[in-house]
Amino acid sequence: MSTTYVGALELASGAVLVSAVMTLWRRQVRSIVTMLSLQGMGLAAVAIILAVHEHDKALLVTGGLVFVVKGLVVPGLLRRVSKLDSNSRESEPLVNVPSSLVFAAVLIVLSYVVSSRVTSFAPTEATHLTPIGIATVLVGYFMLVTRRRAVSKIVGLILVDNGIALVTFLLTSGVPLIVELGSSLDVLLVVVVLQFLVVSMGRHLRTDELAEMKALRD
Amino acid sequence: MIGATSTIFSIVATLVQVVLLALLGPLLIGFMAKMKARAEGRVGAPIVQPLRDLRKLLSKERLHARHASAVLPLAPMVIFAATTVAIAISPLVTTRPLLGSSADVLVIVYLLLTGSIAAALGGLDAGTAFGGMGSSRAMTIGALAEPALLVAVIALSIQSGTSNLPSIVSTTMAHPDWVSGPSRLLALVALVIVVIAETGRIPVDNPSTHLELTMIHEAMILEYAGPELSLITLAEAMRLGLFFSLIANLFFPWGIDTNGAYAGLALGVVALVGKTAIVALGVSLIEIRSAKLRLFRLPELLAGGFVLSVLAVVTGLVTR
Repeated sequence: MSTTYVGALELASGAVLVSAVMTLWRRQVRSIVTMLSLQGMGLAAVAIILAVHEHDKALLVTGGLVFVVKGLVVPGLLRRVSKLDSNSRESEPLVNVPSSLVFAAVLIVLSYVVSSRVTSFAPTEATHLTPIGIATVLVGYFMLVTRRRAVSKIVGLILVDNGIALVTFLLTSGVPLIVELGSSLDVLLVVVVLQFLVVSMGRHLRTDELAEMKALRD
Repeated sequence: MIGATSTIFSIVATLVQVVLLALLGPLLIGFMAKMKARAEGRVGAPIVQPLRDLRKLLSKERLHARHASAVLPLAPMVIFAATTVAIAISPLVTTRPLLGSSADVLVIVYLLLTGSIAAALGGLDAGTAFGGMGSSRAMTIGALAEPALLVAVIALSIQSGTSNLPSIVSTTMAHPDWVSGPSRLLALVALVIVVIAETGRIPVDNPSTHLELTMIHEAMILEYAGPELSLITLAEAMRLGLFFSLIANLFFPWGIDTNGAYAGLALGVVALVGKTAIVALGVSLIEIRSAKLRLFRLPELLAGGFVLSVLAVVTGLVTR
């Protein structure tokens, strides 16, 4: 029982980080969004595994919520945005793909080095996996900084949020349900607002590269 | 007395490994060609065709380019020798080959690298444009694949607590739950990418093309003919066989002989043939489903492999 719990938890949190790296690796916006959806499902799996292990019904509900919002709704919205744009590729990020992958490797090692001190306070199977969550946050920030397209930036933002959520699940077995509900709705709203922004950018500029946006008008 | 019989067993096992891989490598290439032909709706050449080609080449005349030095005829022998030594000491059908204690992961990696360098030198030696281009490309890919390969294998050795290949295989057999762990799976994906790059299969290199813009490995061996071409092709096939068998044995070691019995050895041979056939089937599925990447996109693929292997190391450290 215990070994299957640990194995499943490792596999699910590993899937979260791998999909974060895959979003840096792929160029097509469509496949980046697919990776994001996989990540949301992995995050939901982490919550559900923890809930089953600790017999926590509220966490189970949170897991279901995460699955619906981050696994299905948010990627679905982003997919609709990327359909509007025919040229949906991350053509030239500020840091090219091979270098950003190597940089991601550095960030992953960094998060492992840094978080070993945090986990030593409460060494359990779950807290040992915290570096994976912190690495996801760092990869998300990296994507947010180095990608030019608005959709990629939204993906980076959601990566950061997913990473924070993973750390919360692993360290404290999740925050109270009402807080999780609030933050999930927050993310959803942010994505909806940004979606409007991207669509109107596309209408005015014929692109969603932020560098093309020179002036703001109302 | 027991020492003597186990030494004899180790010698027999080592010979079995070398002879088996010399047959299995070309057969795997034939098998993958057959799978690809079937997927394209052709009948395809028989699986033994690569072996027939090797025999045909052996009976041809030795020809050297006019300006070639001693490197040209020497390179195939170096590749063949390095690959054979790597095969002889690796745990392929038994975990007790002769000199198995020296089969460190770094030794295997650098024996294989010696072969690649010899191939590149042989390609350069004739002084043709194609040879130089092929060598340059092969070295570029090799330099990118090398760190990914090393780090992926280090991930395995961290988990097992040893860098000795036979010990890694036997500790994996003792801990079957490791095989489905995230560290192993990531290392497996990274190794598959590296192996595709190192053996020159489709997303990286197309082994059946002679188009100057795309060929890598074929450009290097363009100046070889007759018995030397046969030797170099055989060595490359054995190298492919070794890579496939290592993937099979490091990630699914069951069937390999561990207690030094001849019956186990026979079982090990059958298991190895079966497992490598499955790996070859997987690789040919990748080949069928994907187009060759542009040369400039290759660093992305191999950097991805590198990151996955770093991930494998970190998750291995985290979950230990």
